[in-house]
Amino acid sequence: MRDVESIAKDRGLTTADLVAAAKTYLPSGQKDEYLMFASGGHAGQIFVVGLPSMRLLRSIAVFTPEPWQGWGFGVGNDILAEGFPKGKANLWGDTHHPALSETNGDYDGQFVFINDKINARVAVIDLRDWETKQIVKNPLTLSDHGGTFVTPNTEYIIEGGQYASPWGSEYVPISEYKEEYKGSVTLWKFDRNRGRIDKDQSFAIELPPYWQDLSDAGKLASDGYFFMNSLNTELATGGIQDKKPPFEAGASRNATDFLHIIDWRKAEQVFKAGKVQEIEGFPVITLKTALAEGLLHVTPEPRSPHGVDVAPKGDFIVVSGKLDPHVTIYSTDKIKKAIESKTYSGSDGFGVPILDFDSVVEARIEVGLGPLHTQFGPDGYAYTSLYLDSAVARWTMGGSYGSQTPEPDWTLVHKTPVHYNVGHIAAAEGDTVSPDGKYLVSLNKWSVDRFIQTGPLLPQNLQLIDISKQGANAPVIYDMAMGVGEPHYAQIIKADKINAWATYPEVGWDPQEQNINPMAPKPKMERVQRNSDGTVDIFMTAVRSHFNPEHIYLKQGDKVRWHITNIERAVDATHGFAVPVYNITASLEPGENVTIEFTADTPGTFPFYCSEFCSALHLEMMGYLMIEPD
Amino acid sequence: MTTITDRFLGPRINPADASSRSIRYGMPGFLLLAARVLLLVSLFLPYWRMELQAPQYPDGLHMTAYLNSLTGDVAEIDGLNHYIGMRSLYEAAEIERTVGVFILIAFVVMLELAAFVHTRWAALLVAPVVFFPVVFLVDLHLWMRHFGLNLDPNAPLSNAVKPFVPTALGKGGIGQFITIATPGPGLMLATVASFVLVTALYFHRRAYLPLVKQQNSAA
Repeated sequence: MRDVESIAKDRGLTTADLVAAAKTYLPSGQKDEYLMFASGGHAGQIFVVGLPSMRLLRSIAVFTPEPWQGWGFGVGNDILAEGFPKGKANLWGDTHHPALSETNGDYDGQFVFINDKINARVAVIDLRDWETKQIVKNPLTLSDHGGTFVTPNTEYIIEGGQYASPWGSEYVPISEYKEEYKGSVTLWKFDRNRGRIDKDQSFAIELPPYWQDLSDAGKLASDGYFFMNSLNTELATGGIQDKKPPFEAGASRNATDFLHIIDWRKAEQVFKAGKVQEIEGFPVITLKTALAEGLLHVTPEPRSPHGVDVAPKGDFIVVSGKLDPHVTIYSTDKIKKAIESKTYSGSDGFGVPILDFDSVVEARIEVGLGPLHTQFGPDGYAYTSLYLDSAVARWTMGGSYGSQTPEPDWTLVHKTPVHYNVGHIAAAEGDTVSPDGKYLVSLNKWSVDRFIQTGPLLPQNLQLIDISKQGANAPVIYDMAMGVGEPHYAQIIKADKINAWATYPEVGWDPQEQNINPMAPKPKMERVQRNSDGTVDIFMTAVRSHFNPEHIYLKQGDKVRWHITNIERAVDATHGFAVPVYNITASLEPGENVTIEFTADTPGTFPFYCSEFCSALHLEMMGYLMIEPD
Repeated sequence: MTTITDRFLGPRINPADASSRSIRYGMPGFLLLAARVLLLVSLFLPYWRMELQAPQYPDGLHMTAYLNSLTGDVAEIDGLNHYIGMRSLYEAAEIERTVGVFILIAFVVMLELAAFVHTRWAALLVAPVVFFPVVFLVDLHLWMRHFGLNLDPNAPLSNAVKPFVPTALGKGGIGQFITIATPGPGLMLATVASFVLVTALYFHRRAYLPLVKQQNSAA
């Protein structure tokens, strides 16, 4: 310990610094207790970070091609293509909100979903092999922000639209905004057995052309509902170039916007009863039907809201308006009663009944400036990010939670400064029915002076906060620079809930099917097969340290299906497969079988090789592809 | 007049002696039975194990030999062995692995018979079983020697790794690997059976030699 003192002295570390280090340092070989699945923002990916070490463990390629994982360079291209909007190749994504699959409102560690805001897409990632299995393109809209959130048993993945736009984003002048621009929310049915979204069982609900924002599924007390914020209930259409109020002013003129309260179980019945309209080939419950069937209510919420977060027991819904220093807490019980008794204060311009604000609100707490998102602890505390204050507020819940905290109900307890401009926060399992507490990560948008200057583009700063103690004790204990994209939301799951494969279960495994591919080449089946229809199948195996076959002769114009199996069984014995000129790179994890299709349109001699340093003879793991000109 | 069978089987014990001197006459048969049980149990247990330790395999690589099969990380070890030009371990002792179980069953039958033979011929039936563990180890050693000394000269690491004799029991080393070869519980049971059988022969001699002599002198 004398050594520690002398190092601390040399480096100018305080006792608090040493405590923080002791809380977060992981000696080699020790493993993290939690995994944080963070959206990758513009990276279009998911980043997985271990807690408390805050080490980046993996990125998972989703909407953006990624060479190391061999995603989109011969493998995964068809999945990426499923998501191309209007048939145009879009090879990036703006991932915002990951959602881990849930069973009874708790993370089950099987799947993670994520939305792409820029093109309104949703992806499915299987947490056995951490690979993207499916991308669905929303046919109705081009932007989404209220997704992804799952219902308590992952019956549906909720994807709320963002910027209202004409159905299918057809051309309509903005002067016809109110009539022709639409808001919507889509409920993607998840088939857990297949590990895929079942598009045929999915549907959407038409909403007023507000800009629907974040959403959250009800659980326990509020099971069967989901809640969705909105902004621009003013129906502002901007036009700064014509001296009209810009969106930023027009869309935040009113003191309140609308919290949407949607009965999804009833909506499911309406969909199953066929009371839908096919729009862009997709079943939509029109706003008219939604109102006739009583699926949709709204209630006022502080303007420009961001987070809407359902408390662990489902009994309260916490909303933060960015421009209001309070968090507003709604009571599920009161909402249900108000719906029952039709306690309306009127209806919006589209006939949507407005539940009387005072009849549904439980409490309002002044927490600070720019409140955004709320997470929950196991001990009656809730946490709200404060963008303008650059802080995370800890406050006490009331109702049945109140007895767990020493402080009075519905009170601000403490604010932890963060650096800087916090967006989302994520507490360990902090949006489930059983939050773990312990850790909270503040996903800060700006880092300003926290790290060495990295040019004018700065990394985000993900700060780990220890929330294990009560009261005014919630210190920041680690700063993690994230220099590869801008994480928005993240979810933190107990690491032992995920049963990830160390290798694919059997040799010849097709990750797309999550099953053995009977066609997968195995040892002694290696060959180049010229078919009667002129196509060529190459059956290749990869093992330390050779491909077999090593000589591939093709003719210019051949249509090629190149099947490769990594026949290794050792953990981490991954091989790469890289072909020059043809823009091919694949990652073959032990047991994995892939098929890469291309047309041999460019003649030449192409040395292909293993791009993972697999063994001492890795450089020798190569072969020649020789394409004879016509 | 004694038949050949009688001469082979030797004198019978009269039932009164058998019960009055049950230990003397029961012991050889009991020990032979014990050896049979030990051998039969050993059929289901590993005879030999090898662990390979190297930095990149924190849990080690493990290979287990039963009388009739090789299990464990054999494919991985084969994969590594190809760098030094060693043939696949699946090609080693193929005949032994095919007939091993039948030989052991034959041994059990021989011991069964030996229990009825009260002459020195019993030793002939028991002896192969006594030497079985030694033969197993010698055979293992010869195979390893054969594999280790006959490396493919064109293998990638033929310059770095010269032909060698892997260690059949105990600690050895090759490249970055430390090898630890240990007898499995099956082989240990077979070895215990050997000692039991030697003891059985002692008691056999003590019980039946006087009877044989008696018979011979009577004849």
